[in-house]
This record gives sequence, structure tokens and C-alpha cells, in this order.
Amino acid sequence: MKVTRRQFVKGGVAAFTVSFAAPEFLSEVALAQGATSRNLVVLYLSGGNDALSTLIPYADPFYYSRRPTIAVPAGNVLQVGTDSSRVVLGLHPRLTGLKQIFDRGNLALIQRTGYPNQSRSHFLGTDIWSSASPSNPAGTGWVGRYLDTLPTPVDPLIGWNTTRDLPRVLMSNKVAVPAIPNPATYALASPNTGADAQAARVAAMRISSHVPVDRPDLAFVYGNAAAAMATLDRVATVSQYRSTLTYPNSGLGQALRAVAGAMVRGVGTRVFYVTTGGYDTHAAQNPNQVNGSYTNLMGTLNDALLAFYQDLLNQGLLGDTLVLSFSEFGRRISENGSNGTDHGAASVMLALGGRINGGLYGTAPNLNMDPQNPTLENNAGDVRFETDFRSVYARVIDQWLGADSVGILGGNFRNDRLTFV
Amino acid sequence: MAYTPYPQIEHLLRRAGFGARADELDTYRQDLFATAVGRLLNYGSIPDDVDQKIGAPGYVGITTAGQFSPRTVITDARQRWLFRMVHTNRPLQEKMTLFWHNHFATAYGKLAGQLGTEEATRYLAAKPSEDPGGVRGQIELFREYALGNFRDLLVEVSKDTAMLYWLDGYLNTRTRPQENFGREIMELFTFGVGNYTESDVYAAARVFTGWNVTRVGNAADGSARLQFNYNAGQHDTGEKTFSFAIYANGSKTIPARAAAGGMQDGLDLIDGLCAHPETPRYLGRKLYRFFISEVGDVPESFLARVSATFRESRYDMRAVMRDVLLSREFWDERNYFTRFSWPVEYVVHSLKDIGWNGFSLREALTPLSNMGQNLFDPPDVAGWDLGRGWFSTGSMLARMNFVSALAANQRFNLATAAATRAQNPESLLAFVQEALKTPPLDPTVTGAMIEYLNASGPWTGSAAQLQAKVPGIVHLVASTPEYQFL
Repeated sequence: MKVTRRQFVKGGVAAFTVSFAAPEFLSEVALAQGATSRNLVVLYLSGGNDALSTLIPYADPFYYSRRPTIAVPAGNVLQVGTDSSRVVLGLHPRLTGLKQIFDRGNLALIQRTGYPNQSRSHFLGTDIWSSASPSNPAGTGWVGRYLDTLPTPVDPLIGWNTTRDLPRVLMSNKVAVPAIPNPATYALASPNTGADAQAARVAAMRISSHVPVDRPDLAFVYGNAAAAMATLDRVATVSQYRSTLTYPNSGLGQALRAVAGAMVRGVGTRVFYVTTGGYDTHAAQNPNQVNGSYTNLMGTLNDALLAFYQDLLNQGLLGDTLVLSFSEFGRRISENGSNGTDHGAASVMLALGGRINGGLYGTAPNLNMDPQNPTLENNAGDVRFETDFRSVYARVIDQWLGADSVGILGGNFRNDRLTFV
Repeated sequence: MAYTPYPQIEHLLRRAGFGARADELDTYRQDLFATAVGRLLNYGSIPDDVDQKIGAPGYVGITTAGQFSPRTVITDARQRWLFRMVHTNRPLQEKMTLFWHNHFATAYGKLAGQLGTEEATRYLAAKPSEDPGGVRGQIELFREYALGNFRDLLVEVSKDTAMLYWLDGYLNTRTRPQENFGREIMELFTFGVGNYTESDVYAAARVFTGWNVTRVGNAADGSARLQFNYNAGQHDTGEKTFSFAIYANGSKTIPARAAAGGMQDGLDLIDGLCAHPETPRYLGRKLYRFFISEVGDVPESFLARVSATFRESRYDMRAVMRDVLLSREFWDERNYFTRFSWPVEYVVHSLKDIGWNGFSLREALTPLSNMGQNLFDPPDVAGWDLGRGWFSTGSMLARMNFVSALAANQRFNLATAAATRAQNPESLLAFVQEALKTPPLDPTVTGAMIEYLNASGPWTGSAAQLQAKVPGIVHLVASTPEYQFL
């Protein structure tokens, strides 16, 4: 599906026009949507996650010979059993919380996900994973296209992006997904107070309802202003959220805390986007040191996800929640001269939630350097994909969001073996 | 104080500068277009004394925790750069510095983790004249080469300490080549994705083996510093073959060389990249989007002209920018207000339009972060996500809230300046639109503004009313989507 900028804005304008014609009706829509909602949280590990340090084939001798300084010793991994190809696997030792979740059957690990001729560019790779379209990676996002299938009027708070910029995953033809990094600062200031500030807010609201004709970029900015004004009050309720436990102070921890708050307050949001960065570990990856960079990455991921999991469990919302992670590529199998790894190919995806069929999906790569090794590519330098990432998306779209993956992904990527949800 | 608009000069200064102070407008509106463009391009004859004005009365303020130290404290470095954007008389030099900062995007965050906060600031922002070791921070390199030779700039960037750490070049050795810089010099700095292969990435990494830093100077006088050093012992001396021509004769292979002379490999690759036909087209597209328009396609004829100038001038960016600023595309009125302002551009031109006396740039740093732009700290090596990427509900609120704080800060200055034009709400609104040089606003929009001005009782134009309503209306006008465009 090729979407032109013009179509984008025409759709966007229509959506905003409607939303301002019927704000009260919309909050009813939002309430109705909130009552039955299944939530999807897309988690982006930015920089290209080294899957071989997350889910470790700890009995493969080539894992140790090709990574003389950064391999995690077999005795340190958190064993998670054997996959269907009889390879024994273990989680990074810092992922103790994810191990608990795995043991409860609420975590699926989908190995060797990727696509043919995988891009090793951060930017193109991220666009491809976000758009789910290697041939048109500059288009809308796969979740954005799901939002486009919802009946109008679509609530402006249907999506919640916890980063400042709209990620491509959430780019849609019809919905301007708000960016709310911190609910507490998501408010409109005024140079004055009292009645004058109130009058200024009324004016700002009216101004933002203007729909410029034939100026798509201007209309886009108006759309953002309108969506901001329309969501202020509901987001304010989330800033009052009291979680059942203390979240870690990391960006990811605080973002997931806000997500939990939005779910508990029932503000109507169905899809969330969170991210954590630093995965571009070209140097000093140090997965075996207490404060090594990869250990810290795993710590941030583990602690935030565990807090989120337990909070939702306490709130009775775990069964309504699915967290799906992706990263733009995996990393080269052999370590480089800087105790790091360069850009590679296939990686591992995580799916976490109360209704997940946990376990190991797909098969681990064999790291033998034989150029004919079918589980590798690029002269056995990189892990070859086994499961097309779009099959994972298809499963989530069809089975979790209840939409039609063929239309949204522009093709049939269904894969019956992916029974994680 | 009737104001005569100078739409072309305002457009020129919005794009080639950071908006127009009153004194800048006074200077440039005397000029013919070609003279104005010449003044912007040939800034060498204009004194570069802006840093000496920091702290002086009449200029925008800065706030520091202790001694102002832009060489070692990143928030001070940010304030110094913003100060320059507001007060420089060489606006195009500053604008190009920002362009290169985004093009060769290097982030403080990673450097601070590797080198500590003071050294990270130093290698990004120090001026040689203020550093005991004469360190030239990366931004000073961009300032020096703002309109210099692109090939020379690329060589300097490849040797730059901040870049060597940012893209891990200092770890790139003969036995274990490190691909990070080798990839990005092709993907992001010269000709872009689609023009190289994975084996080119390996080869480029090998080419730059040995381009490293060494520690010189001594700690006692503060001159200890990291300095570029070609380490012959770490250079891969083998031949390197690319999928594209490196040499003018079409040869794709950099020959095997003795280690001592191996630095030539990198210079040869840079020459090959500069001579590649896609490089000026890649740069030309970025320049078009930055200086001319973010709407529609980049005209093929524009790329052809810019590419020819790039080639014929042997990569002289001053010649290229003369083409850009004198192009009919630049002066086409349909391209006015077709560029989404970057957060720093929005902040700086708001200061120029609304006022700065009594405002501290420290108060702009958190808002800038909320708008999505920390100077010296782009999100990744591809730079900031431009155009629509700057805009989201959160960043829009951050912009609106920044101009609210600025308008409140300028309350008395604004009320005084507006007094003679405050006969009624309509005349006041016209005054504010002129001061902010906005494009025409829709009647729905101005109607809501007039309603705001009338909201709390009859219009009297009293001092008290002006002190409330002038900042209030400035906030609303500067918050309009129209004002987010350059």
C-alpha cells in the first residue's frame, strides 16, 4: 500500500473535523473502547539488539570460539530449556525477572525473526520493522494501519506514544497519535492566571479546530495542536496514578508506569509505544560485568518489565495486555576488536502478557562458520532469519487485535506454528 | 510605528539565519537581493565578536551554576550557542554550523559516558583560543568550515576526537576492524543508502584502521588532551576493493601500501566519495529541504545545478550555497513558510520577535528538550527527525508553553511597545502579527483571538489591561501552527 502525503492529510483532516464536531460523543466512544480493551504495548529496543546475548545458545562451541571475550559462560545463563531443534538456551543472567515471567508461562521468545536481505542500517532497518514493508519503508506504520481500520470517529487518545516524536509504527492516515512522554507536564500554560488563562485556553481550543485547506503540512500541525487540546484533561487523570509498587527510575520504567496508569484509569487508549535505547553495542559490550553496558541494558529491560508485569497483575489487567518487542537487527556473530559486535541480521522478539502461550518459538542458529550453514548468512557472519517478522505481527493483528492482518500487512504472512497468542 | 514588511528579506533571514532582529532588518533591507546574499555568504569581513557580548546589558541573558564555562559545562555550551544564534552578525555561518551539526550528528550523551562530562563538552564545544591545550571542539570545526571545502571538512571530521569516539573509530584496528564509522561515512555523510554494499562497509572499516587519538600535553597546565594520531602499527596494509570508483581513472581498488603511508587510504576513499555523482545529489537534497522547502519533490534541475557547482568548484560549499540562495526555487513565494522550524530556530526567532531583555537562555533549555532538541545531543548518528518529525502533541504543547513563559517574562516590554497600537483589540492584534511577521491567519483564528482580547470586559487600553492582554495575545499568535513554519 503506497500512501501519499496528500492522502495522509486528507484523512487526518477528516478525523480532526469530526473530533471537534462531537467531543462529548467521543468520550463515550473512548469509554466504550476502554471497557473492552485489549492493550498492545510495542517496545522498541533501539540500536540493534544482540539476540545472542539475550537468549544464549550456551552449548554451541562456536558461540565461545567466535566470542572469546563477550560470551556468557554456560554456568551463568538462566536456563529456559530446549527449543524444537534440541538446542539448549538460556537467558542473560541479568534477566531474572523475565525468567520468572517465562516460568509462569507468560513470556514467549521468538527466535531468528527477520526478513530476506535484511538491512544493516539503523534507519532503514527501523523503518522496515516499523512499516512492516521492506518495499515501502517510508509509509505508515503497521499499528497505524490497524488504527486506520477502526470505525470513525476514532478517539484521539486511542494511541499513546511515550516518546517525543511520533514513531513510524504509529504513523497512520487518520489518527494523530499523541506524544505523552510525561503525563505530569502534558498541560497548557498561560502568561496569565484565573479567568484570563481560562479565556486563553478557550481561544487556543478554537484556534486548533481550524482546518486549513490545501496546506497539508499546516493541517498536520493544526492536527497536532487539536489532538493536544482534546486529550489534556484525560491525560491529567493519569498523572494522578498511584502504582501498586515502585517502578525503576529509568526512562523505560517511567514510561511503562504511565502506560499502566492509562490502562488503570481507563482513558481509552488501546495501543502504546515505549522504547529503550543503547543497544548499538559496537564496543565494550561487557555482558559479563556487573555494570557492563549490555548487563545494564538487560537490567533496565528486566526491571521495568517486571515492575509493569507485577503492577498489572495486582491491578487485574495482565490478561488484557500484550507487550511485543522488536529491534532493527541482530548483531554479527563474531565479536569485533573492541569487545563489541557490529550490525547483523536476524534477532529475537519477546511477547509478554497474561494470555501469552509462553515458551520458545522457532529454532536457534547453529553458529558453525561453515559458509554453507543454512541457519546463517553473509558467509556465516550473521544469523539468517527463519520466521518473517511480519508473521509475528500477523498473529498479533489477527488473534489479539481482532483485525485482518492480510489487509494491514498487504499480504498473507500467517504462520500456524506461531501460537504464542 | 507603522511597520513596512519586507517579505523577501524576512524570508531570506528566516532561512539563511534565525529570523530578524530589528537591526538586522535595518541592515539587510537596504540591500539588493544579490548584495544581501553576498553579505550572508562573505561573512569573513564581518567581525566575529559576538561571544564578547555575553553577559553585557542589552543582550539576552545566560545563567550558570558557577563561573560561565562553555568549554567544560554542556549547559553553558548550549547557552553560548543559542546566544550566538540570537546575536551574531554572521547568521549564515551559524545556520550552516547547525546544518553540519545535524549532518555529522555527534551526541554528548555517549561521549560523556566515555570521557566524562567535562571532556565530552570540551571535544564538542571548546574554542581553541580558550582551551589551554588549544582543543578545537567539533562545533568550532563546523563553524570554521561552515562554508568551506566539503572534502576538507570530511577529512577534518574523520580526524575529529569527538567523532573518533562517537563512531568508535578509536577502536578500529588492523586485527579487528570496527565498521561503525566506515558505514556511516557512506550511508549518512556522503552518498546515502543504496550506493554501497556490505563488502564496501568492511573495506571502509579497513581503510580507516589506524586513524586514532593519542594523549598529549600535560595535566599541570590543563593542556593534556586527546589529539588525532595516525597509528601506522594498527593500519591494515592490504589492498581494499570497493563496488564504486575510488580514483579518477575508474579504479575501484585502493592499492596495498606500507603502513607508514597508509593514512593515504582514507584520503583516497574520501576523494572517491566526494567525486561520486550521488554525493552532491545527497547533499543537494538535504540543502533543499533545509533552505528551500520541505514540501513536494526536490526538483531534478536544482540537483543538477548544485551538483555541477559542487563538482566544478572542487567541493566549495560557499559556491554551492551561493547557488542555493540565488536559485529561483529559493525566491519562489510559494516556498515561503514551507519549512517546519526546528526547536532551536523556533526559540531563537521567538526571542528576536518577542524580546529578550531580562530573559535567560537557561530558561530555554528544558523547553527545548521537551520540543525534542538538545543542542550537542542529537538522538542518533542520522541526526534529528526533521519536518513533521518535530511535531507531536507533546512537542506542540512544549512550543506553546515556551512562548507562554517568554511572553510572561516580557510582559512590561511588550505592554510598552504595544501601547501606541492598542486603540482597540483589532489594532493590537495587527501590531502583534506584524511584530511576529506571521503569514496571514484565517478569520476563524483571528476571530478567536479577538474574542480572547474581549473576554474579560470592555476594551480600555489601560496599562493593567495591556500588561495582561499583550502577553496573552502574543502567546496565542506565537502558538499558531502558522508561526511554526519558516
